Amino acid sequence: MTDSSEGRDAAGTGPADAMQAGTDAPPSAAANLFDLRTIIAVLFLVYGLVLLIMGLVSTDEADLMKTGGSNINLDMGIGMLVVAALFGGWVLLRPLTPPTAEQLAEAARDDRPAGH
Amino acid sequence: MTSILAQANADVRLDANAVDYLLVAFYFLLVLGIGYMARRSVSSSLDFLLSGRSMPAWVTGLAFISANLGALELIGMMANGAQYGIATVHYYWIGAIPAMVFLGLVMMPFYYGSKARSVPEFLAKRFNRTTQRIQGVIFAVASILIAGVNLFALGLIIEALLGWPLTVAIPVAALVVLAYTTLGGLSAAIYNEVLQFFVILALLIPLTLVGLNRVGGWNGLVEKVTAGPGGAEQLSSWPGTELTEIANPVLSVIGIVFGLGFVLSFGYWTTNFAEVQRALSAKSMSAARRTPIIGAFPKALIPLVVVIPGMIAAVLLPQIQAVKAAGGSVDGITYNDSLTLLMKDLLPNGILGVAIAGLLAAFMAGMAANISSFNTVFTYDLWQDWIKPGKSDRYYLQVGRWVTVIGCILAIGTAFIASGSQNLMDYIQALFSFFNAPLFAIFILGLFWKRMTGTAAWIGLLSGTVAAVAVDLLVRFDVLQLSNQAGSFVGASAAFIVGVGVAALVSTAGRPKAEAELTGLVWSLTPRASRTHTTEGDDAGWYRSPQLLAVLVLILVVVLYIIFI
Repeated sequence: MTDSSEGRDAAGTGPADAMQAGTDAPPSAAANLFDLRTIIAVLFLVYGLVLLIMGLVSTDEADLMKTGGSNINLDMGIGMLVVAALFGGWVLLRPLTPPTAEQLAEAARDDRPAGH
Repeated sequence: MTSILAQANADVRLDANAVDYLLVAFYFLLVLGIGYMARRSVSSSLDFLLSGRSMPAWVTGLAFISANLGALELIGMMANGAQYGIATVHYYWIGAIPAMVFLGLVMMPFYYGSKARSVPEFLAKRFNRTTQRIQGVIFAVASILIAGVNLFALGLIIEALLGWPLTVAIPVAALVVLAYTTLGGLSAAIYNEVLQFFVILALLIPLTLVGLNRVGGWNGLVEKVTAGPGGAEQLSSWPGTELTEIANPVLSVIGIVFGLGFVLSFGYWTTNFAEVQRALSAKSMSAARRTPIIGAFPKALIPLVVVIPGMIAAVLLPQIQAVKAAGGSVDGITYNDSLTLLMKDLLPNGILGVAIAGLLAAFMAGMAANISSFNTVFTYDLWQDWIKPGKSDRYYLQVGRWVTVIGCILAIGTAFIASGSQNLMDYIQALFSFFNAPLFAIFILGLFWKRMTGTAAWIGLLSGTVAAVAVDLLVRFDVLQLSNQAGSFVGASAAFIVGVGVAALVSTAGRPKAEAELTGLVWSLTPRASRTHTTEGDDAGWYRSPQLLAVLVLILVVVLYIIFI
């Protein structure tokens, strides 16, 4: 899952590089940032799996004393996997696309200082 | 907190195991990875210092709130929850939300529309170069002092958790922040703030759930708080007499609404560049206006997972119960230890590692926010516009990188200054009253009064700061008999009143700028059309309307207040 979504990012940012090459001003490369949503999904995928396993195999009496009887590792592990799935799904449904020329022009118009 | 965490290692030391450290290490790997990947996307000084104005609103909105959700805030507000109970919510619902909405709806069109790259640069456009330079210097000094406070607190946590001495922990912590901010600039700082936001929630949510489980649910908590030393009064937010230290309920409500809700919170949220910078990096006017309003939603809900655990700490943990019964510190433990003690007592290994990562993340983000805004102001306002103008953009990008390094080294120095302060929250409140309140005074006057002159601005700014420092000294030497908290509020009010008064007086003596120069900078001279934004493309859709989001968040706050009246 990780690999394929990162591959998608790389594919998504390539054309933007090409499009911005050759302008006079230093081209803004920040628009081509990697997708933060993927990083969040990866973080919670790893955290969720670790907590899920901890909750299933290593919950002892002392742990249950601390939590007042609930298996918090298991619960939070499941919760984090759901969050990971939501962010992963968002990336797959709405992948980063390079801005079109029309959108760039629009952004420039919107950016123009008021009244100048 | 200073003395406490330093001495009470053994008591606060968490029983972390290998899995916990692995989870913490994985978080740091991602943080540095973000810095490394963000480096690819930095090709100009604007990319480095303002993220190339390319961020989507949900990212800047969460970063906006994360830059404020440092660990000092977490620890301090949980301590207030333990001490005062529900009344602590005022810091969020009246002390933040209205100002954030005001920033998005009223002020952002001027900030973002003027194309200013920083708050001092906006002052240069509205007033003059002198005001820009004075504010630039003041802001640079303030950022480094506050970054030092965060760094010192981070060092304390590392010392308490891992047992490293402060002299090792502080430089190591500075090095991690330095690594990702020098590599990726503001983009790395902002992306890490968003990541941090989620990790902090992964610390607070299980703490609240387990805590409620332990005290027998909400009803159990109500029962125990009512029977405790604070009594049933701590279950309602109004009139909050205990919080304000004003016995008369009517005056207490007025104090909360005007003191906390107006002078302190508007001063902080609308002019603090560490916050405003997040909105300036948004990709369009609409996204910039939505930034603080999107941030207001989590800000309104966070007290549920901060104040409630604080109240739980006060009824569940014997140490904090003892503090509450005694009305002060017991055996070196204070209310400030609520968070770490809760983590120790409630969280088993596994989720404990996530919680430690969240706590460390919170301190790093607080420092990174100050360093990245210091960077921008120093490079653009002091170096490019004053000391070395007219160089290539590549040159300023290099300056920006070097200033980050210098900023981190200076912060290590100010961290040791902060270590001399008895109470970090009081220290930080005093800094805010010196630096934010006078700036807000001249800012708001300049925005709505076209006759205000440039000379008036910098004289007003300086006299406001002098007023706040004077009040601080009077309180410190007991000429004014006030608690530190009340002292910084009086200081902020004095700074605001003196700032506005002096600026108004000086303005009447000088000649205002020509009206044509003030279009887009003064409310009455800016046509309504240029205060609005496009609603096409990425900004289309009713759910992206700043006004609608503002109304929704205000309704949310009213509903929350009705629930917790």
